[in-house]
Amino acid sequence: MQKVDGIEPTPDAEGTTRRSFHIGAIYAIGACITAALGAPAAAYLLLGPKARKSEEWIDFGDVSKLSAGQPIEMVGRRTRTDGWKVISEKVTAWVVKEPDGGVVAFGPRCTHLGCAHHWDGNKAKFVCPCHNSLFSVNGAVLSGPAPRPLDRYTVKIEGNKLLLGGLARNPETSA
Amino acid sequence: MKRHWQSVADWLEHRTGLPNAVRRFLYEEIPASSGWRQVFGSVAVFLFLVQAFTGVLLAFNYAPTPGDAYNSMRYILTELTGGRLMRGLHHWGASMIIVVVVLHMIQVFLYGAYKKPREATWIVGVTLLLLTLAYGLTGYLLPWDNRAYWGTVVTTQIAAQAPVVGPYLTRLLGGGGAVGVVTFARFFGLHVLLLPPATILLVVLHIYLVRKHGVAPVPGDELLPRKKFYPQQVFKDTVAIFIAFAVLFTLAVVARVPLEKMADPSDTSYIPRPEWYFLFLFQTLKLFSGPLEVVGAVVLPGLAVLALVLVPFIDRARLVKVTRRTAAFAFVALAAVAWTGLTAVAVASTPREETAKIDYSGPTDWLQLSPEEMTGVAYFRQERCASCHAIGDGASKAGPDLTQTSAHKDAGWMIEHFKHPDAMRPGSSMPPIQLDDDQLNSLAAFLLKLNPKNASAIQNAPDFATAGALVYEAHRCGECHSVNGVGEDAGPALNGLSSRRSRSWVVQHFADPSKLSPGTKMKPYQIPAKDMENLTAYLFSLPEQ
Repeated sequence: MQKVDGIEPTPDAEGTTRRSFHIGAIYAIGACITAALGAPAAAYLLLGPKARKSEEWIDFGDVSKLSAGQPIEMVGRRTRTDGWKVISEKVTAWVVKEPDGGVVAFGPRCTHLGCAHHWDGNKAKFVCPCHNSLFSVNGAVLSGPAPRPLDRYTVKIEGNKLLLGGLARNPETSA
Repeated sequence: MKRHWQSVADWLEHRTGLPNAVRRFLYEEIPASSGWRQVFGSVAVFLFLVQAFTGVLLAFNYAPTPGDAYNSMRYILTELTGGRLMRGLHHWGASMIIVVVVLHMIQVFLYGAYKKPREATWIVGVTLLLLTLAYGLTGYLLPWDNRAYWGTVVTTQIAAQAPVVGPYLTRLLGGGGAVGVVTFARFFGLHVLLLPPATILLVVLHIYLVRKHGVAPVPGDELLPRKKFYPQQVFKDTVAIFIAFAVLFTLAVVARVPLEKMADPSDTSYIPRPEWYFLFLFQTLKLFSGPLEVVGAVVLPGLAVLALVLVPFIDRARLVKVTRRTAAFAFVALAAVAWTGLTAVAVASTPREETAKIDYSGPTDWLQLSPEEMTGVAYFRQERCASCHAIGDGASKAGPDLTQTSAHKDAGWMIEHFKHPDAMRPGSSMPPIQLDDDQLNSLAAFLLKLNPKNASAIQNAPDFATAGALVYEAHRCGECHSVNGVGEDAGPALNGLSSRRSRSWVVQHFADPSKLSPGTKMKPYQIPAKDMENLTAYLFSLPEQ
């Protein structure tokens, strides 16, 4: 590298140890301050807010009118904490009674890119309008780019009342 | 390997010229007399960078509109890891930067370093001081608590008094005298959009001017060989930066910055106080009244700034040794005495707060407890229950975790257990609690409500609240009034009392209720002064329901 003449000092022997002590101290202090600011900053940005209670059961109403194999869209309301706000929002689920009497509630989003799918009564399939993924009445992928079956809510029935918990990925990884 | 680095360095040098530019910057020659006294400028730049860093981090979790600003601030303080530290660094950094900038200025002033040809450097420096104060002023509003709100109300009223430009200034600050959403948006915009680039520009200009004219020498420097800026002076600067950082970090960790309740424009009892570095101005203002107020509010500060700007043009004498600059020393001493005096008087004359200060930057679940449960907290502390029992913190202690036991017990069982621990739980090593039945009842009421989520109330409930609740229960206030929905409705509910009545009204009302509320069923109470203070402080802390 071309150096500019006369800029850098030419230290004598006695000056060299002093000089390297100074330079060492500058770097050490610099590193120390960077760490003291950087570590808490990383924790602040990456750790996320303290855990709040979740796992609340959302009331979705009466399931007695469900008929087997005919999914219908049902709506519930939940309060969700979003940062410093507590939001009351609508939650939808496609609910279907299984032949054995059990109730399954599918998440409203296609597992491909998150578009809202719907039940097409004529085709008797769940249809995603974005990329034409098709799902069967039990959520399995029939065709299209969807990588896994529809996600399901955890379900609890109290009397005729349908209560939904968290949305879980379908355990079968692919159809 | 070394050759690889060399080729990278060569490439960088050829394409950008940066390595040699940095080299030139670092190996600047400085006068032989340079040393520790010149570290303040570097420390100020460092503190500015810390403010920028913590400011950006705070902005990542901050909603700049009134109301949301407060809630997001609380979120930062109570929910986020390191949030309190970031706010602490930003808050205390603001104070420290003012201290350091003033020290920097005093050093330059004492040594006469502003003299020809360095007048422009000085003027840019004075402007930077004003910018630093502008940060303090605008940033003060941003947490949107009562302190922020009322402090800014006073400031904008002062600005409104400026001759000629007053009304325009008021409009610029976003309101017809009221501090609201517009003022908030303007202050936020100034604080994060306008001031930082202005500061960067002026700091660059300031440093450019310092380099152009060189570090100011003192008489005699010309006889000695000049030094290099790097590494000796950089070492001294770095050590000073380290000391400043250590002080700042300690303050941020140790000195908790409270968050008061959310800005309440209808609060009639709030006594606004500006930040400590503006107190002297605040006090100066009080020396003038009536039509002269404008002198204290605008004319005097304006003249002071003008005088600062003109310093290099007033003092044009030849540079002499610092020890012979008696006039400069006398001036600094005088200014220091005046500043200290004004600030001290302002602090001393601050009246006692009407309402008890609650720190909303911590958990405030104690506010949800009923008075009886609150007295339970008092007995819980008095009997030192926590020395043998864990309270949801997972600590391993001799007794069971009290947040887990209450779920399947009732008050009757608990009270018997308090009296005869051994009888209810054979083999228990717990000593009987020496309290009367009412007191045990309160303790049981509190323990029944205790769960892992509200256990922090035991630590966080302020002493005035537990003591106030004891007075409340002793006088059976709950037989006519309610707190947090618990009690009777013969008298008014006491939540939100602070927004309805002043504290002195309440004190007088206790002595003679029918005088202030004709037809009331309440009888007079003679309550000792200390008890009265705790009781009113407690009642005034109760939120609206």
